[in-house]
Amino acid sequence: MELINPILEFKKVCVSYTKQTMAVKYVSAQIEQNSITAIMGPSGCGKSTLLRAVNLMHNLYPNIHVDGEILLNGADILTMEPIDVRRKVGMVFQRPTPFPTMSIYDNVLAGFTLNGIRLSKNEREETVESCLRSVSLWDEVKDVLNKKGTFLSGGQQQRLCIARALALKPDILLMDEPTSALDPIATKHIEELLLQLKNDVTILIVTHNMGQAKRISSRSMFMYLGELIEYDDTQKMFSDPSDERTKAYLTGKMG
Amino acid sequence: MNDKIFRTILYLAACLMPVVCGGIVYALVTDAFEAFNHFGFLNFLTSSEWSYTDGTERYGALPFITGTLLTTLLALVFCIPFSLPVALFVGEYFKGTRIAEVLSTITSLLAGIPSIIYGLWGFYTLRPIVMSLNISPQGSGILTASLVLAIMIVPYAASLSAEFVKMVPDDLKEGAYSLGATRAEMVRKVIFPVAGSGIFSSYILAIGRALGETMTVTMLIGNTNQMPGSITETGNSMASIIANQFGEADGLRLSSLIAIGLVLFLITAIINLIGKYLIKRARIV
Amino acid sequence: MQKKKLSQRLFIDRLVKGVVCVLAALTAVPLIAIIGEVLWKGYDQLSWSFFTEPTPTAYKAMMATAAGEPIPGGIANGIVGTVIMLGMAVVIAVPIGILCGVYLAEHSKSRFAKTVSYLTDLLQGTPSVIIGIITYIWVVVPMKGYSAIAGSVALFIMMLPLIVRSTEETMKILPASLKEAGLALGGNNARVILKVQLPAAFGGIFTGVLLAVSRVIGETAPLMFTALGCSMIRFSIDKPISAVPLLIWEFFNDPNLQSLIWGASLFLLLFVLFLNLTAKKIANKWNS
Repeated sequence: MELINPILEFKKVCVSYTKQTMAVKYVSAQIEQNSITAIMGPSGCGKSTLLRAVNLMHNLYPNIHVDGEILLNGADILTMEPIDVRRKVGMVFQRPTPFPTMSIYDNVLAGFTLNGIRLSKNEREETVESCLRSVSLWDEVKDVLNKKGTFLSGGQQQRLCIARALALKPDILLMDEPTSALDPIATKHIEELLLQLKNDVTILIVTHNMGQAKRISSRSMFMYLGELIEYDDTQKMFSDPSDERTKAYLTGKMG
Repeated sequence: MNDKIFRTILYLAACLMPVVCGGIVYALVTDAFEAFNHFGFLNFLTSSEWSYTDGTERYGALPFITGTLLTTLLALVFCIPFSLPVALFVGEYFKGTRIAEVLSTITSLLAGIPSIIYGLWGFYTLRPIVMSLNISPQGSGILTASLVLAIMIVPYAASLSAEFVKMVPDDLKEGAYSLGATRAEMVRKVIFPVAGSGIFSSYILAIGRALGETMTVTMLIGNTNQMPGSITETGNSMASIIANQFGEADGLRLSSLIAIGLVLFLITAIINLIGKYLIKRARIV
Repeated sequence: MQKKKLSQRLFIDRLVKGVVCVLAALTAVPLIAIIGEVLWKGYDQLSWSFFTEPTPTAYKAMMATAAGEPIPGGIANGIVGTVIMLGMAVVIAVPIGILCGVYLAEHSKSRFAKTVSYLTDLLQGTPSVIIGIITYIWVVVPMKGYSAIAGSVALFIMMLPLIVRSTEETMKILPASLKEAGLALGGNNARVILKVQLPAAFGGIFTGVLLAVSRVIGETAPLMFTALGCSMIRFSIDKPISAVPLLIWEFFNDPNLQSLIWGASLFLLLFVLFLNLTAKKIANKWNS
């Protein structure tokens, strides 16, 4: 589907682990700015692989190849320096990954440290407060900023990781099943948070939880065996899917 | 930090290892050359004479190669009856319990004691016992050295074999029990076959340690430069002849000692690489 | 087919377990015997002057023995020498060892890294007496004399493979997500390793360094041909110097000084055991 204001565009993207097996097959899609787009599908359908390609995570593993184009604001990120891309593209992983040796404070600023950017004390304080406020963690941790991030609960850790990604003011935030390791209450917190955040940042979220996709996303993709089967408004897809396989998945007849 | 510079630094640090190892081989070979050249390589290895009277210098490595092999093999023989039970104790019978933890701490502390202290203990405690048992008149000798050497290698053999005993999958053990086997039968029929190659390779590595052990052997073997007639007699190992004479040697004798060092280096290198290779293979299976 | 009676099988089962327990318990005997003997014979020698005074000359010791007095002096020269040589070795071996270990963990699949890994094993298994010969050829001969520098080179070569291994192994067991999360924030490889991975691996690497120190602190053979020994307290690094294990070896060979053996051994033994137990504690804490 053509969008008015796309920030990210996949053009015939293929990801292969070996010559024979393609994890993602010729996916083309546009992602609209300042919205939440969900990617759904049974496990092994290539949804995480596609998401990780946007952050060039495949560069870490020499056996993975990505073909096609991924355009971020019109520029193909596959030809850009990974470090420049990753600064503009934030990522939140399935399990919370606060850096174990850093305090909460340092974790929020980790993006700057890792990019070799020096901030003044004022800038640091402001960034930490505003980022933690934007993930509504500030009130909970403002007195324990010097504690290690790993002391927080799972939900708090995940919000810390979102704050850490937001600190670099990314154009787009990738989330790889960010609530699958969390309890229902923490999950609800994160979902509410994402709905607030979409005013400032574009969110692309992989989820195996159909309810979650329905609750928070404005558009949804359904992937199956590496192919993008259907991409539509979330409401339309859930009420009237056009493909049989999407229907089977949404009605629980397929894993 | 610039990524390219950092990569280069890492690479250079890694390059030090080949440089050091190559340097060791190069230095040993060039400095041993005189001895090999003078006596002939095979002749040097098979001659049992070691005399350094001026004019009639004759050096051969056979007594020391024999001494090293004898002490090592005896140490292995004395080590197995203790290291195997420790491995079973820690890895099977009391796996994961506090008492197993205590025993493995004890063995790791045994491994930490410096070899010179083992030597002292052997000299002042074990040697009088050997003497009082009328095994050998002066108490020191190949047997005494091997006994202490055995104590020193028990921790290595035991902790490595325990690792392999621990790795035997529970469902295999349960299979044996479900067929009515007792624990002892399960150990014999399941643990030994499954963990066997790993246990075997841990003994190879223990041998590698015993071969090069210097101070303990030097203090206990008696330091006589001739072929030992029996295990209760005195002798010298490759490491101990070097430790004893290197400081005062020069010329042909120095070169002969370095030649012995080269032989010792090659033997330990081969044994260790075989051991490591077998361990890696045993871990995969 | 011969069938054993059940009672017989159960008896064997119990017997095996009993034998395993007894033999396993017996391995504790040497540890207790060694610590006991060294403690028993050495504890009354430990005094302030034992740690502050250098070794007496054989003549002084003889006179003291003849007069029925305890031998004067101590092992201060050895302690100073050990600290100087070990210090220099640690300062060089730790950074190089860590960098090399990081390289091996980063490039575990490359051919060169595999070769380096094998060579690390090789160096780790090389008998210490050979490290002594090598350092003699490399350092003592060109410098035309025994020195603390030579001694520390020998200790450096012995520590290096231990630190490389512990760094490599610790880096390899760090979760991959840690590295991915660091890179996802736009950090380059170098910064992610320095700021995220190495700090997270600190416990393991520190344990490895402690164990490496405890391994080489008691080494005698390589120091005999490199540091040689010296009866004075000395701080210059280009002259022969003593070390605690070297002193023990000297005392062992000099009938006049034999009564100093046990104090020196006790000091060395306690220090090594302390390092070992600390390392084990840190490793346990870090693993949980």
